[in-house]
Amino acid sequence: MGDDLTVDGVTLPSRLILGTGGASGHAAAEAAIRASGTGLVTVALRRVDPNAAGSILDVVERCGVRLLPNTAGCFTASQAIRTAHLAREAFGTTWVKLEVIGDERTLLPDPVELLAAAEKLVADGFTVWPYTNDDPILARRLADAGCAVVMPLGSPIGTGLGIRNPHNIALITENATVPVILDAGIGTASDAALAMELGCAGVLVASAVTRAADPAAMAEAMRHAVRAGRLARLAGRIARRHHAEASTAFEGMAEL
Amino acid sequence: MHVIVNGRAREIAPESTVADVVRQTSPEERGIAVALNGEVVPRADWATALREADRVEVLVASQGG
Repeated sequence: MGDDLTVDGVTLPSRLILGTGGASGHAAAEAAIRASGTGLVTVALRRVDPNAAGSILDVVERCGVRLLPNTAGCFTASQAIRTAHLAREAFGTTWVKLEVIGDERTLLPDPVELLAAAEKLVADGFTVWPYTNDDPILARRLADAGCAVVMPLGSPIGTGLGIRNPHNIALITENATVPVILDAGIGTASDAALAMELGCAGVLVASAVTRAADPAAMAEAMRHAVRAGRLARLAGRIARRHHAEASTAFEGMAEL
Repeated sequence: MHVIVNGRAREIAPESTVADVVRQTSPEERGIAVALNGEVVPRADWATALREADRVEVLVASQGG
């Protein structure tokens, strides 16, 4: 389409990135991945489950998508850095979605630990995708530290509250030196479209798809929403006006 | 010899290696990462012999956002 998202020299087939967390099983995850049209899905690293039937890696392989391992559940830079190195060992990718959270209740990023981890992982040769607060200054610091993208939240993980501070997201995108991927808080398709209209280069969605009543249908909705929002952004929306402005000219009207 | 594998005590043969524990823990060797006492063990070092009370984490991909 000539309007692709490229990260670390890799051109992705879609600006939608899908998280697999929350899916009811591998079959549901596979249906959602296929319906979403995504080329990139996140996975976590966890202890071997002796009762697991199949692996999410088989699903990823069958769908022909790339892996973005995350550091979900890490509370410190040191823990996240080791998790990223483990993921590189396990999956042979230097890409990592860096999550360093501050507490379990909000799952909000810990900015101090996050920046420290990002700096170290960039130095270690990782392509870092940091999940961050919707803070324009922190986003700039992460980009300056060498992160490949920045991923501000719309609202806390899993809340489906959408983009609580669109102004901040716009501030981040207008000054961005790297692609901005809206991550977390998306509830439905219009939220994803709004993210793109605000100038985001992509959207990462997990719960909104995997926990929807029909995940595959929501994945398809997100696919179109991201594309529609992107097209609208590129098209250039009209300015907001206080008063009406007729689209039909008054000139030439009959005297009746 | 006693070690802790994924948070559970386990008795293993003396002179067991990281690779031995991986084989006993996971049905496949693909997509696995190992930490020994909190530190990453690259695949090239899986021949490392374990010691009494070592903590081994054997990790795989799971669904996650």
